[in-house]
Amino acid sequence: MPIQYGSIMEEHLATRRRATLFDVSHMGRIEIRGADAEQFIDGLTTRKVAGMGPGRIRYSLLCNSEGGILDDILVYRPPGDSDQFLLVVNASNRVSVLQWIEERRGGATFEIDDQTPGTAMLAFQGPMAIEKINPLLDFDLATLKYFCCRNAKLGSQDLLVSRTGYTGEDGCELIVPAEKAEEIWSELHELEDVSAAGLGARDTLRLEAAMPLYGHELSLSINPAQTGLDFACTLKGRDFVGKTAIEEAARKDCLPVRVGLVLEGRRAAREGDQVLAGEEQIGTVTSGTFSPTLQQPIAMAYIKREHAGSDSLLSIDIRGKSIPATVCELPFYRR
Amino acid sequence: MNPEQFLYAETHEWVAVNEVDGQKIATIGISAHAVEQLTDLVFMELPEIGAKLESEKEFGEVESVKAVSPLYSPIDGEVAEVNTELPASLEILNEDPYGAGWIMKARITDESCLEKLMDFSTYQKQCGADG
Repeated sequence: MPIQYGSIMEEHLATRRRATLFDVSHMGRIEIRGADAEQFIDGLTTRKVAGMGPGRIRYSLLCNSEGGILDDILVYRPPGDSDQFLLVVNASNRVSVLQWIEERRGGATFEIDDQTPGTAMLAFQGPMAIEKINPLLDFDLATLKYFCCRNAKLGSQDLLVSRTGYTGEDGCELIVPAEKAEEIWSELHELEDVSAAGLGARDTLRLEAAMPLYGHELSLSINPAQTGLDFACTLKGRDFVGKTAIEEAARKDCLPVRVGLVLEGRRAAREGDQVLAGEEQIGTVTSGTFSPTLQQPIAMAYIKREHAGSDSLLSIDIRGKSIPATVCELPFYRR
Repeated sequence: MNPEQFLYAETHEWVAVNEVDGQKIATIGISAHAVEQLTDLVFMELPEIGAKLESEKEFGEVESVKAVSPLYSPIDGEVAEVNTELPASLEILNEDPYGAGWIMKARITDESCLEKLMDFSTYQKQCGADG
């Protein structure tokens, strides 16, 4: 996927107003199938996935035993076969997640099938996405609940469709055989009011929606307790790798926390810029951009807890200039 | 303003040289190619009037949704005037990069700096090579 097909701003706004198509085939797709798959995966994910119904999808983190985040993933339980799970993982972590699974498997009974090379993944996002794709599908996508998936046909092509995305808009993602990807892309791309969007818009869209990006808001040196992603951690009544470290971090309550910042002016903060309270450095920006929807600069940062309250007045050092910034509630944009 | 008669820096700034009262004045902007490559401009920082300019040194910056790009001075000189309309209306750069999209005017203090610059056709070739 290119950074941009034309203008990031236009691709971004087209996603907010109409419908856009992203080639997200770089994401890793790992199938785990077998009698022990459910229990094994549940022992790695911060969120409970044991007992998930077929056709359900959950967002979760994977941690090491120190609570460092290895990846953030979607766990699919495809409809039908109850022994089968699909993990959609970040491209940059695919190999390390595969290794992590192999290292931890012990005598558990399951097979791992890396479906990344053999399949492609398209994201179709925007307020018009469902109505646009519906005439091509063999069922009414509006009846599929958010974070659910099902097998479907687009024309004559079998695929897995999920009501998911990384833009903060309604829409879906399609997993299709790699050799059919171009054909399906073209069919959708040719629809009226549909255009292509690239990695640049994907980043500004997810940032407005305050969705974390691995390598920025999530990393081996960040504990889930700092991220504000409480919904992705099921601590009660189960055990998983990293649980003790997460509980300890939550109890100590002293690590920096993730916040949203809105900046004055038009200059955007970027990753690595320092966040200041007066003269004191209290945090670091992990992602920042000029928000095409809000038409002002926004950023996410990890900062000291005592400054993390809403409306807290701070500043960001942008290449030697101190720019006023205010802590705000996340997300920056909600559809 | 005819961009074919301007001089160009490798870093995509253009220079139009005029003589006013025996003093060489450079009008400076960024090329249409640069504007096209940058896309989605949201912010520009102009230099202060009177600021000293040094050839190939940064004098300001322009920011797009994607990234920040420094602006490099194509000349040695001193800032005489800046286009104060520009930061609030960066779309002017797309519409008229060689006219209304000028960034600053500067008194040239050492004319030898102009020898390092390219003419239009040489610059076009560089842009072609850049893709």
